[in-house]
Amino acid sequence: MNLLRRVAPPVLLGIAALVAWELVVSLGRIAPFILPAPSAIWHELVVQRRNVGEAGVASGLNALVGLAWGTVAGVLAAMAASRFRVLSEVSVPLAAVLNALPIIALAPILNNMFESTSSVPRRLVAGIIVFFPVFINTLRGLREVDPTHRELMTSYAAGGWTFTRLVRLPGALPFVFTGLRQASSLAVIAAVVAEYFGGLQDGLGARITSAAAFTAYPRAWAFVVGACLLGLFFYLATLLLERIAMPWKTRLIS
Amino acid sequence: MTAVSLTGVSKIFNPGRPDEVAALSGIDLTIPAGQFVSLIGPSGCGKSTLLRLIADLTPASAGTVEVAGKPAARARLDQEYGIAFQQAGLFEWRTVQRNVELPLELRGASRAERRARATEMLALVGLADFAGHYPAQLSGGMQQRVAIARALAVHPPLLLMDEPFGALDEMTRERLQSELLAICAQTGTSTVFVTHSISEAVFLSDRVVVMSPRPGRITATIDVELGTRDDAARQSPAYFAAITAVRRALRGPGPVPDIVEAEGAAAVAAPSPRTSGPASSATAAP
Repeated sequence: MNLLRRVAPPVLLGIAALVAWELVVSLGRIAPFILPAPSAIWHELVVQRRNVGEAGVASGLNALVGLAWGTVAGVLAAMAASRFRVLSEVSVPLAAVLNALPIIALAPILNNMFESTSSVPRRLVAGIIVFFPVFINTLRGLREVDPTHRELMTSYAAGGWTFTRLVRLPGALPFVFTGLRQASSLAVIAAVVAEYFGGLQDGLGARITSAAAFTAYPRAWAFVVGACLLGLFFYLATLLLERIAMPWKTRLIS
Repeated sequence: MTAVSLTGVSKIFNPGRPDEVAALSGIDLTIPAGQFVSLIGPSGCGKSTLLRLIADLTPASAGTVEVAGKPAARARLDQEYGIAFQQAGLFEWRTVQRNVELPLELRGASRAERRARATEMLALVGLADFAGHYPAQLSGGMQQRVAIARALAVHPPLLLMDEPFGALDEMTRERLQSELLAICAQTGTSTVFVTHSISEAVFLSDRVVVMSPRPGRITATIDVELGTRDDAARQSPAYFAAITAVRRALRGPGPVPDIVEAEGAAAVAAPSPRTSGPASSATAAP
C-alpha cells in the first residue's frame, strides 16, 4: 500500500508524459527527424533489441571499468591527502582544475594515443570523470572525525593506521557513496559520449551517431533510451551497494 | 595505593600567543584507590581539562600527573583507565556488542575473550538483549550505558567520566547514577567524575573537589559520607548538608577570600571558620 503510494505518482506522470508526447507528434504533424513519436521509438527498440543490448554491454563494461579505477584512485588519493597536510593543499586545487577541464574534450586526444581497436581511451575518460566527485566527497568524510571518537582512540593508544581503518574509513563511507552516486551516472555518460570522438565503435555512443547520420532518428532514439536505461541501472546498483555496505543505515529505514 | 596523583600541575593553552589561556594553575590532588571523586565548578573552570590531563589526552604545562603510580602517558599506553564523555561517542557502524569489544580488540584480546567480556559488561549495564543492535537504534540513556560498558570493558582500575549524564533527562540520570555506583562498588573501580550538578556530585562521591575559573584551581575539597547510596540517602540530612557545603564553596569565599585564594588546593586541609569552615563540617555521619 505504502509502496504503491510512493511508486504510483511518478509512474502515472511518466505515462501521461508519453501519451502527451505521442499526441503532440501525431496531431501536430511533427516531422520524425525533429521528434519521432514514442511508439516509433518503441518499435525500433524492439526491432533493435539485440543491437541495443550488445552496445549497452560494451558501454556498460567501459563505464564499469572506469567507475572502478576512478573510485579506487579517488579514495586512495583522498586517504593520502587527508594524511599529509601538504599533499591536501596541493591536491585539492589540482583536482578542481582537473574537474574544470572539459574531460570529454580529452577523448579525441586519448583516442589518438591508443590504437583504434582499444577500449582503454573510453575507460580512461570515464575514470577521470569519476575521480573528482569521489575524491572530494571522501576527503570531506575522512576529515570529519567526531572529536569524541578522536579522544577515545587516543585513550586506547591506537596508532595512525588503526585509527584510519577503524574510525576514519567507516566514518567516511556515507561520503564515499554520495560521491559514487554522482559518479555512477557520470561514468555511463562519459563512456557513451567518448565514442562520439572516434576510437573503437562498439558502444551506444557510436550507434547513436551512426543512426543519426543515416537519418534513422527513431533508431537513434532507441539507443538513447538504451543509454538512459544503462545509467539508471548503474545508479540503482550503486544504491543497492550502499545499502549492503552500510547495514547500520539500512536497519534504521526498515 | 593511589589511583591518581597530581602535583603542582598547571595547564596553559596557546602559550606565548595573544590568545594564551591559563586553564589550570597549582593543582595538587591525590585520589586513593577505590574512591569516587567528583570535579565540580562553573563552565570554564578547567574541570574537563583536568580530566584530560589525567587521561593524557593533553599534556600538562607544568607539574607531574601520575596514574596508578606511573606517568600519565605510560598509564594511557597501558590502558590503566576507561573513559566516557558527555557524548556517548559510540561507533555507529558497529553493533553494541562490537562497540564494547573495541578496546579489547585494540589490546589484542582473542575473539572468544572479547565476546565473553562484552557480554559480561552489557549484562552489568542491563543491555544484554541489545548486543546485536546498532547505536542509532538505542535511546540516549541506553547509548550512554553502552559507553560506560565500553569504558569498563578492559577492567580498568580507574574510570574517568566527563559529564556522562549531562545530556540525559532527570529520571534516566538518577537511574544511571545508581547503576554506576553499583558497578563501581562491584568492580572496586576508582572514579573521577566531572559534573556541574551539585546534587549529582554529592550523591555519587566520596569526595567533591570544587574548582573556580580563571585560572582554574581547586578552592575546596569536601568529604561526603552518606553510607548506603539509595533513595533514602537523597533525603538524608547529611546529603542536604553536603549540598549546602558544596554550594557555598562554589559561590566563593565571600568577603574574605584571601585565605582560600592563597592556599589553593590546601583549603580543606586548613579550614578557616569563615571560609571553608562549612565545607569541612559537611563531613557528617550517615
